[in-house]
Amino acid sequence: MLSYIDKIKEISIRLLKECRVEMVIGFRKGTVPMMNEPHFAKSPEDVENFVWDSNCGINLCNYLTNRGEKIGILAKGCDSRNIVTHIIENKIKRDQLVIIGVPCKGMIDKRKISAMFEGEIGEVIENENNITVKGDGFEKTLNKKDVLQQNCAICIHRNPVIHDELVGDLVEEQIDVDRYEDVREIEALAPQEKATHFEKLLEPCIRCYACRNACPLCYCPTCFTDESRPQWVGKGQDPTDVSTFHFLRAYHCAGRCTDCGACERSCPVGINMRVFTKKLEKDCLELFEWEAGLDPDVRPPLDTYRPGDPDEFIK
Amino acid sequence: MGIEPDRLQFSWVSSAEATKFVQVVTEVTRAIKDLGPNKNLVKTMPKVA
Ligand code: SF4
Ligand code: SF4
Ligand code: SF4
Repeated sequence: MLSYIDKIKEISIRLLKECRVEMVIGFRKGTVPMMNEPHFAKSPEDVENFVWDSNCGINLCNYLTNRGEKIGILAKGCDSRNIVTHIIENKIKRDQLVIIGVPCKGMIDKRKISAMFEGEIGEVIENENNITVKGDGFEKTLNKKDVLQQNCAICIHRNPVIHDELVGDLVEEQIDVDRYEDVREIEALAPQEKATHFEKLLEPCIRCYACRNACPLCYCPTCFTDESRPQWVGKGQDPTDVSTFHFLRAYHCAGRCTDCGACERSCPVGINMRVFTKKLEKDCLELFEWEAGLDPDVRPPLDTYRPGDPDEFIK
Repeated sequence: MGIEPDRLQFSWVSSAEATKFVQVVTEVTRAIKDLGPNKNLVKTMPKVA
């Protein structure tokens, strides 16, 4: 994946020079290790700052919502599916975009890596399969496979589903992946156990809404959590309000979530709120044979009716 | 979410089906009385005035 950068720069410079786009959205190095940040290159000179490695987990589709200009955007498998969803939902037009596809081999989980070391991590160096972590008094090489973000480890759409340019050869898709082991475990719990499980999961939540803000699906001008007339959900730390926020947000992402992991990645306290969106993803797959963001020409299950739609729950 | 499946029920009842409506309401209330009061997703923290 590291070798992509030359091609990324070459394509970006070409697009900007030919005035095919007004900016290219990609990544630049962040101020701390393992935290690349979005970079908006508006001139060929800006392109110099682009980087590509396993710390590009932010979903760049988040920056496309309601834009009017022509944009070039780097897209991993998941980003590309969110771009498709944006096109379906009229948040951006296909002909405004030059999608620069980036076949992806997974992003690394910075929280998992930090937890492995006592002291502060000063530098993280990466090659194709390994990650070397250096800090004050320690240095260790890890196998990249062992430190992937969980959503990347179970990803089955690593190649961009839609693209105009490609920065490298397509990668092999993972097959025989069990995507829903965690969801099934929770499904098997009794109602009261579920309630306790979720309350414990969400207990550390500080309602910072980073998960919502990082998510490309959450583009509502006023989110239901911010509304005060009427106030759908309380703003404090009452466990009922906290879970209401999470349950409702997950439902708003039903049939749309691509499991890109941007929400979980952004959480300052490390909550895996993806279990909620994954449950709905599993339901959509089982009930409607639907996976989000694969084809801009197919309407999603929540806005189509088919006579065969399951209705056993109606008595 | 921690809500018992029986607590939430869906039915089709046409406005012409009064008997069915009564039957559904009776059954739903009985099922919910059997479950007892809902304890989950109920606010517990005191309200600030
Ligand atoms: S949680 Fe729902 S209301 Fe809030 S931004 Fe996301 S989709 Fe919109
Ligand atoms: S809910 Fe999370 S995993 Fe799903 S699309 Fe949004 S940021 Fe990505
Ligand atoms: S990012 Fe984490 S702490 Fe912030 S609202 Fe989301 S779950 Fe809660």
